[in-house]
Amino acid sequence: MRKDLLSTEHLPVETALRLLDRSDYYLDLLKKPGPFQKSKLLEGRTIANLFFEPSTRTRTSFELAERRLGADVVTLTPAVSSLSKGESILDTILVLEAMKVDAFVVRHNVSGVPQFLSERLPEYVHVINAGDGVHEHPTQALLDAAELRAALGDLKGKRVAIVGDILHSRVARSNAWLLKKLGAHITFVAPETLMPRETRDVFGIETTHDLDDVLNSADAIMMLRIQMERQARGFFPGIEEYRALFGMTPERMARSKAVILHPGPINHGIELESETVYGERSLVLRQVKRGVAMRMAVLEWIFN
Amino acid sequence: MNIVLHNAHLIDVSLKLSRKLDGSGVDLEIRDGIISRIGKDLKSDFESRDLTGAIVVPGFFDMHVHLREPGQEHKETIETGLDAAMAGGFTGVCCMPNTEPPISDPFVVSYIKEKAAGHLVDLAICGTMTKDRKGEELAPMAALAKAGVRMISDDGAAVRSAEVMRRVFEYAKMFDLLVTQHCEEHSMTVGAAMNEGRISTKLGLPGWPSVAEEIIIARDILLAEYVGGVRYHVAHVSTKGGVRLIREAKARGLAVSCEVTPHHFTLTEEAIEQHGTMAKMCPPLRTQEDIDAIIEGLRDGTIDCIATDHAPHAAQEKETDMVSAAVGIIGLETAIPLGLTHLVNVGHLTFAQYVECCSTNPRRLLGLPKIQIKEGEPANLTIFDPQKKWKFSESDIRSKSRNTPFIGRELTGRVIGAINRTQMHWQA
Repeated sequence: MRKDLLSTEHLPVETALRLLDRSDYYLDLLKKPGPFQKSKLLEGRTIANLFFEPSTRTRTSFELAERRLGADVVTLTPAVSSLSKGESILDTILVLEAMKVDAFVVRHNVSGVPQFLSERLPEYVHVINAGDGVHEHPTQALLDAAELRAALGDLKGKRVAIVGDILHSRVARSNAWLLKKLGAHITFVAPETLMPRETRDVFGIETTHDLDDVLNSADAIMMLRIQMERQARGFFPGIEEYRALFGMTPERMARSKAVILHPGPINHGIELESETVYGERSLVLRQVKRGVAMRMAVLEWIFN
Repeated sequence: MNIVLHNAHLIDVSLKLSRKLDGSGVDLEIRDGIISRIGKDLKSDFESRDLTGAIVVPGFFDMHVHLREPGQEHKETIETGLDAAMAGGFTGVCCMPNTEPPISDPFVVSYIKEKAAGHLVDLAICGTMTKDRKGEELAPMAALAKAGVRMISDDGAAVRSAEVMRRVFEYAKMFDLLVTQHCEEHSMTVGAAMNEGRISTKLGLPGWPSVAEEIIIARDILLAEYVGGVRYHVAHVSTKGGVRLIREAKARGLAVSCEVTPHHFTLTEEAIEQHGTMAKMCPPLRTQEDIDAIIEGLRDGTIDCIATDHAPHAAQEKETDMVSAAVGIIGLETAIPLGLTHLVNVGHLTFAQYVECCSTNPRRLLGLPKIQIKEGEPANLTIFDPQKKWKFSESDIRSKSRNTPFIGRELTGRVIGAINRTQMHWQA
């Protein structure tokens, strides 16, 4: 049986809950003061982190999780040329596999690449999706869910708004699938230009273009990073207008009781003000700490 | 080559002919490439073949294939492409001009003609509309027409500028060329990997919206009407809205025609989840609603032709991610079985309508001689068993490439052979 983590869409809810529990365990270990006592769980295992797309926090988070569980780690950030990418990806991964790599952590800017690679590797080699295109980012959703549960308790019936560039967001997709499984009520908030077609139908969630609609009712608000180049491509007229409509401004913070999440990196002063990011209702830094714990939990599950 | 075909069911729409004489069928004698006799219980010394249960029709013609030569012989050559056509039951095909160099020059036309000479399958050649398919300057249409080109297209790309397109129509009119457009508003399909809709939203793949196809169809119909006296053909129509626009244009009396591929009436966007890059097409696979509209368009004559858009690609060009992967699939060897399985055997089309789509109409649009199954006419025949159940497998492929999602597909209806004058091919 192939054991991969490619999506939250196809992740059984029992597995997800177990991962949340185990991440609590690892989080407690990480919180202990003093030197971290490395585990021997993955001793003799080799994990290759293949980041075809630049990443600092996810890559570092995976590397630390792997090392703390005792694995041998190699990280590659191959330059992706514009043509015949697939050929070189497949070549790269098969060459590494021949050197006895037990698991690949893959990030790529095209949706579906981790699955494509998984289907071409032997069954005993594992693939963990560290973000593929605008498809999924399952470990991010798992860590978000774990922090939400820590802040709000059981997620059944809790209302979560995900705000911003849904069209280009793998974080929104992975969170929608997972949080729905855990019983939460999800609303995507985005300008019509950045809301994918048939979103309600596909994800079975609510959508709106009015952030103020959800401000009162939301238990949690997850802000997404807006990329400035979207403006040049005609998705919105300018950053001031974007902030006015979709920014979690201090004024909106005052009208809401929700906890705030952001997968990072944050555009300070656009999605969130610095005072909010480091304020008491913010889960942003906890998300980062949870990231390492969750990736440890995922690796433990994959190799168990 | 002389032969007698026994107990065949003949269908020839142009002769209003459908002879089977229940149980016994009709015999057909071919002498030196000419149909010499048609009748009951013909006695002859020629080699004979029993065709009980089979149907004999005017040779099928696929007006939209990519033979890749010159320039991309690692995908297909004229020889392997025509062999695939023959195995698929076609006696004629028209090759598209996105070769390297493109067919913008009569020299390329004569090169291709020379390569195709002597093959069972007749080859018509589509030239480009604009020089090297750049959408800027007109192709030398007079020279291309003189070299035998009857259809022009920048297939793979639409002419972006409405002004250039207007001039294409005006100039092509002088030579009565069929103006064929690959309908795609390119500003809306940058990086697109599949239909924009439910599945692209779920998979997070860049979408190719149906309206990007319809905008160009609508623009071109308006231009064709404005210029007047031109013949406009929509290549591989894939959307419900496209079919509606063409139906309305025909109702207004415009000389507008179109074709559909077998994959666009058999597969939806959901095939991407199962087949990955093998289901990446251009235009993309759409939805069941679009398939229903296409079938209605075939039934009521809005859609004139079935054409494969046979698009061979080497393994490594498909064995990659969804964005980098090449678009299209090979289609010559599966076209007729898919048509029989999904259109005729389920009752959407009669055999007569199906023959019109696969033989009569494409030949008429290209100004080719009408094929008739009658004494004294050249033998140009496609022969198939409409009830044969079989499974398409990789070993059936004669094309140089193997890119198709139909391997392993259960089909009802199989090609038995093809005859073109003195040459014949029988399926093993």
